[in-house]
Parts: sequence; structure tokens; C-alpha cells
Amino acid sequence: MPGEATSTCWSCGTMRAVHFCSACGKVQPPVPADYFTFFALPRKLSLDTALLEREFYVLSRKLHPDVYAQSQPQEQEWSMEQSSLLNDAYRTLKDPIKRTEYLLRLEGVELEEQSKTATEKARATGEVKKQVVPPDLLEEVFELNMQLEELRMQKKMGEDDPALVEELRKHKSNLEEKYEALLAELKGHWNQWDKLVDSGSEDDRIKVRNQMLDLLNRRNYIRNLVRDVNEALEN
Amino acid sequence: MPSERIVGIDLGTTNSLVAFMEGDTPVVIPGDDGLNLVPSVVALDERDQIIVGNSARKYLIETPERAVYSIKRLMGRGIEDIQEELKLFPFRLAADMQAGEVLRIKLGDKTFTPPEISAFILRQLKRNAERFFNAPVTKAVITVPAYFNDAQRQATKDAGRIAGLEVLRLVNEPTAASLAYGLDKKQNGVVAVYDLGGGTFDISILKLHDGIFEVISTNGDTHLGGDDIDNLLIRIALDDIKGDMGLDVSRNGEAVATIRKAVIEAKIALSAQPSTKLDIELSGGKRYQREITREQFEQLAQPIIERTIGPCKQALKDAKLKPEQIGEAVLVGGSTRIPKVRALVEDMFQRTPHTDLNPDEVVALGAAVQANILSGGSTATENMLLLDVTPLSLGIEVAGGVTDKIILRNSTIPASATQYYTTQVDGQANVAIHVLQGERELAKDCRSLARFDLRGVPPMPAGMPRIEVKFLIDANGILHVSAREQRSGKEAEIEVQPSYGLTDDQVESMILDSFDYAEEDFRQRQVIEACNEAETILAALDKGKKSPAWEQLTSDERKQIAKLQKALNQVKAEDDYEAIRRAIDALNQGTMRLAELMMDSAVATALKGKTMDQADLGERPQAGHPVAKADFE
Repeated sequence: MPGEATSTCWSCGTMRAVHFCSACGKVQPPVPADYFTFFALPRKLSLDTALLEREFYVLSRKLHPDVYAQSQPQEQEWSMEQSSLLNDAYRTLKDPIKRTEYLLRLEGVELEEQSKTATEKARATGEVKKQVVPPDLLEEVFELNMQLEELRMQKKMGEDDPALVEELRKHKSNLEEKYEALLAELKGHWNQWDKLVDSGSEDDRIKVRNQMLDLLNRRNYIRNLVRDVNEALEN
Repeated sequence: MPSERIVGIDLGTTNSLVAFMEGDTPVVIPGDDGLNLVPSVVALDERDQIIVGNSARKYLIETPERAVYSIKRLMGRGIEDIQEELKLFPFRLAADMQAGEVLRIKLGDKTFTPPEISAFILRQLKRNAERFFNAPVTKAVITVPAYFNDAQRQATKDAGRIAGLEVLRLVNEPTAASLAYGLDKKQNGVVAVYDLGGGTFDISILKLHDGIFEVISTNGDTHLGGDDIDNLLIRIALDDIKGDMGLDVSRNGEAVATIRKAVIEAKIALSAQPSTKLDIELSGGKRYQREITREQFEQLAQPIIERTIGPCKQALKDAKLKPEQIGEAVLVGGSTRIPKVRALVEDMFQRTPHTDLNPDEVVALGAAVQANILSGGSTATENMLLLDVTPLSLGIEVAGGVTDKIILRNSTIPASATQYYTTQVDGQANVAIHVLQGERELAKDCRSLARFDLRGVPPMPAGMPRIEVKFLIDANGILHVSAREQRSGKEAEIEVQPSYGLTDDQVESMILDSFDYAEEDFRQRQVIEACNEAETILAALDKGKKSPAWEQLTSDERKQIAKLQKALNQVKAEDDYEAIRRAIDALNQGTMRLAELMMDSAVATALKGKTMDQADLGERPQAGHPVAKADFE
């Protein structure tokens, strides 16, 4: 339980829980904690978001700066820090993808740094950022890129090819289906992960972790493809 | 002792209002003219006194160079942002304005920044509230358009400070409106608030859940409103006058102001009737007359009204909702009285929008509700909590002039983000950070909020320092930044250079300046009050002279009274209120016996020792204590 912090309440001196003193109820300075800990949740990925929302509302009622508008400046400051943490934590945990990314980062995967370095490198060299095409998409991506190129050429020439547009739309809905299916697949990994949290070997955990990472990358790849198709169709 | 009242203020483009919670109901506090709306017009009269509101409106026409309206459009903006505004509005900038500087507007031969002009409006509202409560008011909740950026919010907060108000919270206008509506509804569901005012447009989508008002998404345009429709109509009238009558009055401030007044009246009339007539008297006895139908008006206004569609669609998209998932739609702002606007909202959200509350007042009422919540709440606001969002993404400029977003738009506030920085050169002591607000990819297309200089980074080889910079958007939507070098644990010093905005020192000096005006105000009011009192006692004396009691006085007593009366009449013509008060007291003393004699014997015994004006019961108003004294405490 995250409530078992060892600090004492600044106001009444009683040993306190994380956000408030359990004795006098006063807001406490935030202690460094990850988002799962903030909500007193285990570091697991399957999460009841309705329950999370309820907890978010309960904590908001207690931590929001509005509640401390007439309090001492120090308490106002803590309430602002605590409620910003609450909001950041809720925003991250309620979203399945953000939640997974956050957990992976807690597990030592440097998601942002990876993409940031790659982006900056691409920008510096002027090259298009290379992404590894997921093997199962290779064939489709090849065909899609050809068609996109053709559509762009046609648009430039002022031509109109309804059949090609129709083809692209089909590709797009196909990709969107795959995109959705990945979420279901991800949920499977969550279950595996959650089981391993309490009783798994380090190797097993790393294996699932990498599977999730791979899935998120594939998902991003598809998202970018869909964006490209949309752009080509709209322009 | 009950805690001090916190008022709610709607500082609008066209009109401003102040409201408070009376028991369980928010009510608007009227001005001394009895009207709820204080037009956001500020003028400098011929004696260089600041005039605000309805009494300032005549200056728009008589001395347009000494009056200003729609100042909200200039809040938190730089000269390069307002080129379009300058073409359409008669704002007169100081001649020596520099780029990057806070705007200065000329009124007569004085100049004021937009926060100072807004502060004049706020001070008027503060005074109205103080008169109403007969007690000082120093704390307020002020509303801002939801789509206001950091600089615009900061400018509003500064205006509050200059006016002598502690701004406990900036609340977004559509959210405030939802609070006012939510008071008696108390139901759960999704609400869309469409707020088209004089100069700004906001759309907010909220989820109501057992008293929690959670904003899911917001969007808007801080330069879109009824003003734009007025300007279009003015341009057409000017073209007409030039074409049909061969008169170019576009540079004649007085004529433009007269036309503006007429087209606004026509616009308002067309919300209720199918056609109206423009009838404008121009100088030289010429008249411009024209019939305008609602259909014509709607055709003209259509492109402006349609500019609200994009933000609505984006807000729905950001909320991941379809129009049919919106439970209720609420209309806010005077421009939503236009039937075409109502039709658009109905079409967009596929339901009849709510208009039960006065669209001009609902934001102020909501601000009063929020003020009540902040002061600890009451039975009406128990369990009510507002969770608002930041309307624009916050970003940092990274290599290549690209914006790296660190807090996304529609994040619930307070919200924070932590970034890590390091050095590029051995021993580098400073790191520069450019903070941006906006949705665009490139830094140059986003709004520059501030440039931060991290100073005093301990000397280390390049890449070694790890500087943690924490960005926090508070519940007002205003950014705070703090930094720490992690390896040494040293707090890095941050030098903030807001891209537009007043420094703390500037605000402080404006607060002092404003005291000069307030002092003038205070003196003037004292003189007026003393004169009123003098009139009352002089009237009572005239009455006394006609009574039989007058004949009972000795001739010396009568002479003495005549002398005192003359003295009061003399001093009344000057503006030394203290001298007037002294003369009133002297006359009161001198007429004490007359007052006694005037009573019939029975009452006279009971009222022994009363003064002239007190004896004349019923006519004299209750002693008016200077409410505004609190200004200087």
C-alpha cells in the first residue's frame, strides 16, 4: 500500500498517508511517487477505468486548489502540486496506450529518447526517418506506397482516378482494422504481464515487455500510414 | 466575523458585470445608474478624469480620441499581433510604440496599457459592489475566454492587481456559464457551451458528474464576435455613403462612431424583427438612410458566424464525441441572440439549445458561483467542483525550430511536465529555453510565451549537467517554471522574459499610478456627497424660514444663521469637501435652536439636542459613508 509512507504530518505530527494526514486530514507535500503508487494501485496494466475515474473524482474533491483558496500559501502550493500530479497520473493511466508506454518507461525502456534521437538525427542529416516495416505488413506497405505515389502524380497532373481512390480507401479501412486489432492483442500481453508482476522470472518479464514494445511500434507505424493515406486523399 | 465577500466579475469585450452569491442564488450587482451591464468603455473627460461605463459612451461619439472600447481584444498582445485589429478598430497607439513592448493606447494626450484600461473597468465594478455591500471588496474571481493564452490570462490578472483586487481565480467563461446553469439542474450528462460574445468565441464540452464539472475539451477564437459583424456593417455603410452621396467619412472619427452606434442598434433590432431602417445623420445636415432586411443581414453575417463551426468540430473530435452524444447545448454571449446563430447551434448539436438564463449575465452569475465555492461554499454549491483544461498545448522549441509539445491541449489543470536539459559546451553556465503555446509544428507558428535563461549551472564538462525543469500550468491556466541541476542539487536561477506582458515592477508602478486616479475619484465623490448634504440642509433651512418658529428667533440669531448660510453657499461652489463639511457642521450648530422651536412642544422635548437636518425627518438620506475608502487601506 502506498499509504504506508513513513513521514509525519506537517500540521499535527501524526504518521501520515501519502496525500493527506490520516489524523487531521490536512494536505501534505507531495512525495516522489510513480502514477500507479499515487492511486494506490499495483503496477499492473489491466485496470478498471471506471474505478479509476471514481477515485480521480474523490481525490480531486480533496486536493483541488479550489478547496484551499482560503488556506495558507504553503498549503495552496502543495495542493497545486498534488492536484497536478493527480491530473497527470489520471491522464496517463486512463488511456490504454499511454498507460502501457508509461509502464514500459518505468521498466527502463527509453521510449521517448528513442524516437527523439531518431527524429533529431533524421532532421540533422536531412534524411527521411527510417522505420522498420513490420514483416507482416511488408507486402501491403509496398503496394500502398506505389498507389500513394501514383495518386500524388495524378493529382499533380489534375487527373482523377476513382478506382485508385477506392483502392486506397480499402487499404485504409484494412489498416484501421489492424490498428484496432492491435489493441486487443495488447490486452493479451497485459494479462501476461500482470500475472508475472507477482511471480514471474526476470527473463519472462523482459520477454513480455519487448513484445509490448514491438506492438506499440507496429501500432505507431500503422497510425503514420493511415495519416499518409488521409493526407493523400484530402489534398 | 464573516469572511470577506468574494465577487465574480465578467470582464467582457462589450459589457462587464459584477455578481455575488446572495444566499443560494447568484445575483448581478447593478451600477449607480441601476443597470446591470457596465459597458466596457473607458473615456478621459475634459478634466482628465476617467469615466467608465454608460456615462463614457457619449465620449465615443463626442470625443472619440478620448475614449476606447473593446480593449479586451488587445489584452496580452503585441503590436505585430494586432495589425488586423488596427484596420478595423479606432485604437490609437502611442506614437513611440516599439515591437515587443506592451501596447500603449492614447486617450487624449495620456497613454495607458490595456491592463490599465481594463483595471479602470474593474475598479468601477469594485466600486459598484462596495456601494452595494457598504463594505470593502478586495477579492474577486474574474472570467476569461476559455481560449485565452497565457499572456492574455496574465494581462487579465495584472489588470485585477492594478484595480486593487486579489484575483483568486481566473475562470473560463463557458465553464462559468455551465456553473450557473448547473446550479438548479444538478444532473449528470454531457453539455456543450457555445459562447459567442462581443469579441471572442469559445466552445467547451463538459461532463457533469455529481457536482463535478469536468471540461473534456475546449476550442475557440479570441478574435471573433459581434464586433466583427458590426465592422462589416460599418464598412458597407461607409461604402454606401461614399458611393451614393459622394462623401468619404471613413476618417471622421465622430461619423464612424455614429454609424457604429446605428448599425449595432440595427443588428439588435433584426434579432426580433424581419427588417429595420438605418437612419444616420451626418454632418452638414445630410442623412444616410437605408432599409435592411434580416435576410440581407444574415447573408452578410454568414461568413463570420460560420467561423464558429471549425472550433466546434475540433472540440467534438478532441472529446471523442459525436454530436448526438451531447446531452444539452447552452448559449452564452449577446451574439447568440442572433436567430442564425441559434440555428447553427441547433444544427451542429442536433438539439434546441438552452437560453433560460440571460446570455449577457450568465457568465457573471457563474463567476459568483465559483467565488462562493472558493470562499468555502454554501448549501447551493456544496459538492460543486470545477475541473478545467488548458486550451492550448505547451511546447518547447527544439533543434530545427520545431515545437516539442510537453503538455497537450485539453489536459486537466493544474498540469505539469518535467524536461531534462544539459549543456553543449564544457563549463557552460547558461541554458536558454524557449517556451511556446499552440498547436502548430514549427516554433515560429506558435505563440512565444517566454524565453527562460537557466543561469548558474555549475561548471561541468559538456553533457554532464542534468537540469530538471518543471513546467506547471496552475488552475488559472498560467504557466510556472522551476529548475534544478540534479547532479549538484543546485536550484538553477531562472530569468523569465515574458514575450509580451508587464514585469512585476511595471505592475507595481501601475498600482501606484492608479492610486492617483483613485485619489481623484475619491475626492470627487467626497465633494459630491458633501454638496448633496449641503443641499439637504439648505433646503431644510428654507423650509424653516417659512415656519412660525423663525419669528421666535432673536434678530442676532437670524443674522448669525444668514451668515452661516452664505458661508456654506460660497464653499459649496469650490471642491474642498472638508471645508464644505465644516460649513455644514457650523450651520447645523447655528440652527439647533430653530430646529427645537420647529417641533411641537411634546416632540420638541423628546428630540432635544437634535440638529436642523435631523429634525427634518424623512427628507435627508442616511449619511453616506465613503464606501471607497477601502481603496486605500
